[in-house]
Amino acid sequence: MKRPTRGIRPPEVRVPRLAAKVVLLFIAANLAFAAWLPSGLGRLSFYNRLFPGRERLPFGESPQLSYNLSLDDLEAMFASHRISSERSRPEEYRILMLGDSSVWGALLHPEETLAARLGELVPSVCGKRTRVYNLGYPTHSLTKDLMILDHALRYMPDLILWPTTLEAFARENQLASPVVVGNPELARDVLVRSGLSSQAALPPTPPSFTARTIIGRRRALADLVRLQLYGVMWAATGIDQAYPETYPAAQSDFQADLSFHGEAAPPLHETRLALEVLDAAVRLAGQVPVLVVNEPILISRGNNSQLRYNFYYPRWAFDQYRGLMQQRALSSKWEYLDLWNLVPADEFTNTAIHLTPLGEWMFAQRMAQAILARSCP
Amino acid sequence: MALGQVFVGAALAFLWILFFPRRKRLYFLLACSVIAVFWFQPGLPIRGLDFWFPFATLAITVTTWALTAPPETRLTRANWATGAFVAALVLLLGATRYLPIDPLLTAGRPPPLTWIVIALAAAGLLAFFAPRGRNPALAAGLILAALVAMLVVLKNPTLAMWADVGLRRLTGQPITHASIADLQWLGFSYIAFRLMHTIRDRQSGRLPPVDLAEYVTYVVFFPALVAGPIDRLERFVHDVREPLPPAPDAVRDGGWRVAVGLFKKFVVADGLALMALNATNAPQVRGAVWAWALLYAYALRIYFDFSGYTDIAIGLGRWLGVRLPENFNAPYLQPNLTQFWNRWHMTLTQWFRAYVFNPLTRRLRSGARPMPIATTILVTQVVTMLLIGMWHGVTWNFALWGAWHGLGLFAHNRWSEYARRRDAVPGQSRAIHGLLHALGVLLTFNYVALGWVFFALPSPAYSFGFMLKLVGASR
Repeated sequence: MKRPTRGIRPPEVRVPRLAAKVVLLFIAANLAFAAWLPSGLGRLSFYNRLFPGRERLPFGESPQLSYNLSLDDLEAMFASHRISSERSRPEEYRILMLGDSSVWGALLHPEETLAARLGELVPSVCGKRTRVYNLGYPTHSLTKDLMILDHALRYMPDLILWPTTLEAFARENQLASPVVVGNPELARDVLVRSGLSSQAALPPTPPSFTARTIIGRRRALADLVRLQLYGVMWAATGIDQAYPETYPAAQSDFQADLSFHGEAAPPLHETRLALEVLDAAVRLAGQVPVLVVNEPILISRGNNSQLRYNFYYPRWAFDQYRGLMQQRALSSKWEYLDLWNLVPADEFTNTAIHLTPLGEWMFAQRMAQAILARSCP
Repeated sequence: MALGQVFVGAALAFLWILFFPRRKRLYFLLACSVIAVFWFQPGLPIRGLDFWFPFATLAITVTTWALTAPPETRLTRANWATGAFVAALVLLLGATRYLPIDPLLTAGRPPPLTWIVIALAAAGLLAFFAPRGRNPALAAGLILAALVAMLVVLKNPTLAMWADVGLRRLTGQPITHASIADLQWLGFSYIAFRLMHTIRDRQSGRLPPVDLAEYVTYVVFFPALVAGPIDRLERFVHDVREPLPPAPDAVRDGGWRVAVGLFKKFVVADGLALMALNATNAPQVRGAVWAWALLYAYALRIYFDFSGYTDIAIGLGRWLGVRLPENFNAPYLQPNLTQFWNRWHMTLTQWFRAYVFNPLTRRLRSGARPMPIATTILVTQVVTMLLIGMWHGVTWNFALWGAWHGLGLFAHNRWSEYARRRDAVPGQSRAIHGLLHALGVLLTFNYVALGWVFFALPSPAYSFGFMLKLVGASR
């Protein structure tokens, strides 16, 4: 094929040299990224700028339907939440809600969650306008909640509400949450600062140098970009989770099984529960009051319901847990509210802790009473 | 074409130009392309269909070549050798059924070898005897009609469903699971149009004689198999017969296009896909502003997706010494719809111009009582665009999309004619010209974007409902 000859001759390309340059540049970029590893990368966000912040932390197992996704980066999770754009003002009373999927609001629209309902029911506290923030995240782990609390304290809360349940106290669950696994350095930091490192096994070691390269972090980087792109859909539709038309109801018939996390029978030893994490959280919150709530659970009426309350709990374990919590709340001077049987069985959805909108409303009303009953500082 | 397949194709092409740049590469291209026909075919739930579709592609291609090749060039030693080579490749692919591993180059386990041998014999006999009948022209016409019929069946949901049910009955599979997605015949739309081009050019005496290896490679050339472009046979064969360009030139030209294409397709388009208009999010979107945002995302997504694939195909082609034709040339920056269609999916519009628009115009304007010019333009534009629409799918929405563009092209034609006669824009300053150009680009882009509503959504009800949202008349 004849090539044009007029003008300046195009530079000659030597294929092996070009390939070598490309490879070297790629390696250099990876090494530079691993050495620098921009820790604040997750804070770069279009949320609260181009489109509104999310009402709850990002979580989603079917992103294309929910316009939401689960990611590890706690900074990015908070940067996408509306809390990160709303500065604390003296005329406001800020309530942060920690907890699991029942607080996050599985199967509930953003305006039906506990936080949203409380915002309606408690428009003001002590003469200040209320702002309620949903910082629940769908896994059972007090350590995960502690990490979220540690991060959230920078937003100057006036009250922490912490609905939780026995499953979140199980020691084997503490370090299993993706929030803990995905942020090992943050987890270590908060556990050490809270004096918990001796009780709880420390989370996995920080990522290796290779895992810090662009190649090693490719999934996390792609998730960051996807989170931004789904922000458009969040803004356009107000949808942040997939709502199936039907779902299997929470299990209400059980085998005659009394086991709970390997324990086949009473007593439930206090050492099996990560109660010290709650103590640490209260200490970490400092002057900010923490109201711990034993959240409503499904009390089933099916086969063997005389043995088990629900899928999670045999009766003996849950009853003893309630007793332990009462004692510990007294001895540690926690503000504690036990609402375990507040909601009737019909108002649960697909698990023993997920509530219907009506159930959530009932829960919110009781919580609102508790908030309003507190004395002003 | 998945990312992995792109890289394997690129690696093959790259190795070829590094190590064998001066050797004749036709058989290399042929082998890669024949294997790609099977390898790129997605898995299908109907037993064996993901093998028989690619097989049918090759059988139809060989038969069409036999019908379009001049008789004196047909039975040469080289063509027999090519036929045997293709058959051997198919048999080798079929023999992978007996390997103790999952299929590597076919979507599913190939059918038994005896079936493949019988099918090869039948295809060979068809290709041998079809042009020897009393009326080869009639046979070519029948192939043409069959290609159109197959396109209609594959692209009409109802007919595709019936065909699927029939195939399921044939294979003894439950018809309750029938779905139109069962009949994904990889690249058939493009393959059919390449075959039709050669049949029509043969009928009009314009087709150059090519041997079987060149013809099959042209029809199933692997870089252009999935998403075009639709090359012309004589141009493709010219490139294949030329010696390869020097490796550095090929690397520079092709490498850049492949890199740009990968970025467009797998970064920009796939990113935009997360927020582009679709049947799920159309009813969910709140407010006109966000509805426009989703629509623009769709418009950009479809451009970057399609032009990205084209860039990859062109880049791989350059590495292999084939200068595939351009398919896109800044279509969204054009000041009117006519220029948009001169720069959007250019090889498809050129195909329709050559085989539909021009012949139809000649027909309507000739004879004792030629149709008036304006009516001719209306009819030819709308018919051509309707057919382009239905090439994408024989549904109401694709027809509406075609009609939208056909009427738009007619309106622009009449406006241009009016402006030309009235000299409506005399003595413009550069600033006014620039402003009018920018307004034209804006208007054209939005007209095209509104047309995508019909393209992206599954039914007229959905589309008109979404259009109400765009104007703020619906929530």
